[in-house]
Amino acid sequence: MNAKTFLAMLARDAHVARRNLWALLTQTMLQPLLFTFVFGRVMTGAGMMPASYKGMLVPGIMGMSMVMTGIQAVSMPLIAEFQFTREIEDRLLAPMRIEWLAVEKILAGMIQALVSGSVVMLAAWLVLGAGVGLNFHQPLLFGVVMLLVALFSASGGLMLGCSVGQTQIGLMFSLVLAPMIFFGCVYYPWSALSGFPILQRLVLLNPLVYASEGLRGTLAPQYPHISIAAVAGALAVFDAGLILGGLKKFYGKAVS
Amino acid sequence: MGVGITTKELRKVYTSPPPMAAGVMGFSMMGMRGSAPKNKKAFEIVALDGISLTIHPGEIFGLLGPNGAGKSTTIGILTTRVRPTSGEARIGDFDVWRQQVESKWLIGVVQQRPNLDFSLTAREILLFHGAYYGLGSAERARRAEGLLERFQLTTRADDMVRGFSGGMMQRLSIARAMVHEPEVLFLDEPSTGLDPQTKLLLWEIIREYNARGKTILLTTHNMDEADELCHRIAIVDHGRVIAQGTPAELKASIPGGYLIRLHVGRGSAELIERLQQLPGVTEVRGDSNAVDLYADRGGPLIGAIVSTVGDSGTELCDVNISEPSLENLFLHHTGRSLRQ
Repeated sequence: MNAKTFLAMLARDAHVARRNLWALLTQTMLQPLLFTFVFGRVMTGAGMMPASYKGMLVPGIMGMSMVMTGIQAVSMPLIAEFQFTREIEDRLLAPMRIEWLAVEKILAGMIQALVSGSVVMLAAWLVLGAGVGLNFHQPLLFGVVMLLVALFSASGGLMLGCSVGQTQIGLMFSLVLAPMIFFGCVYYPWSALSGFPILQRLVLLNPLVYASEGLRGTLAPQYPHISIAAVAGALAVFDAGLILGGLKKFYGKAVS
Repeated sequence: MGVGITTKELRKVYTSPPPMAAGVMGFSMMGMRGSAPKNKKAFEIVALDGISLTIHPGEIFGLLGPNGAGKSTTIGILTTRVRPTSGEARIGDFDVWRQQVESKWLIGVVQQRPNLDFSLTAREILLFHGAYYGLGSAERARRAEGLLERFQLTTRADDMVRGFSGGMMQRLSIARAMVHEPEVLFLDEPSTGLDPQTKLLLWEIIREYNARGKTILLTTHNMDEADELCHRIAIVDHGRVIAQGTPAELKASIPGGYLIRLHVGRGSAELIERLQQLPGVTEVRGDSNAVDLYADRGGPLIGAIVSTVGDSGTELCDVNISEPSLENLFLHHTGRSLRQ
């Protein structure tokens, strides 16, 4: 790999992200914070939800923000750059194997997902006020889960960005991302699905389930959650599959 | 010491519609085969059918041909973006497909359609491009400034390129390809969409760049551009090289040089034979009402042509004389006009 070229591309992505900082922050923060405010503050305040719901909600919202940020940060530019504006060609011609450009995209997406997760966590904490009940007793495990979730989001973005056409972006949101969020154990723990045994097994195919449950298990282990080992194993499998599949798709798009 | 380009028996068969790497919009379907339902792959386009070229270091070489002839696919293969089906492509000593990174260090590419980074300003595009090639920041800034000035983009240097006109984008694309001062510059239809004045500026810049010992491969379907700019030309059609040489050699190779096209009321074998007898006529081709004469003179023949056609009992509707040109050469080899 040519490190200078790789870093220059990372610098380019950082430069563009800085330029679009406010738009990016709004895109990342607004929806999660509205959810947090309505469910965590208004509804718990009105007594319609128990106060303990706050701590249950924050890890789920974090997982959702990270996954959505990473997927969007990688897939949306790729869809446009490959199909319409062809902006990516200059970088494909740079003196570096083209697979490294895909790796750079994953790395840039991971960084954005990690920043998004951290910012949303802090902001949600502020919005919810007292009694959130998060703890950092397992910093190492928490870090591992964060990295695996970020890697999932960015490699998922690579895979989607190289599979979805410009005209199918709307479908991507309504068919892939929306069901993923609602059945991703964001607003409820996985154990809450025990009344729907078939659904409970089916949602195990949804990687967001492991993101939410993993963050719940490391940040708020007092709530029921899937074991961290199972979460880490499942995320690692998803990550590996998406990286390999994404790189292959990327290469297929770049070279005819 | 400059770097040359060689291709040997380069073939490319697309089994799915050519994606962006081929950069082709009006792709020719002439080579399309396999529409029979039994065929597993219903789609097959032979884009290149054995292209062999030797482009010397320091040469300006032109690929001339109509849309879909295989020019962009050739450039696609030489710039690592299209995988050849068979054959070999080399930039200097490097096999382009097997030594992609080494080859990429040596080349700069301007694609047919502007593909600028819309998230950046004009100056940033040049600066980041330099960074991709590992140039230090002071050197990048110096080169970017020089190129912006040379391409008359200084006043818009710090604007986002989204709002640029087509001509400005094209100029910036060419400037970008020069930032890392590649030994070989590929220009795919470089003057498309440029006004005449800018086209002249571009030609001047290309010549200057070439004077520094750099090799330039350009594609065009504009005969004047090929004639004016290129040291040597290959005329391609349907993925094959149909003629190769200096513009002067190629023009001299047309029998007679002058092309006189006649439209007659009713052509006949007898008429063609009688036209063939006229002094200075080297070749006559014709069908029912269009007759092409190749001759070593133009105007002086008209009197004799008019009377020959009149004698054969048909009417002469139109006469067109063209001087020796690459257009005529193309017409001679393919029976079609380049502009068709």
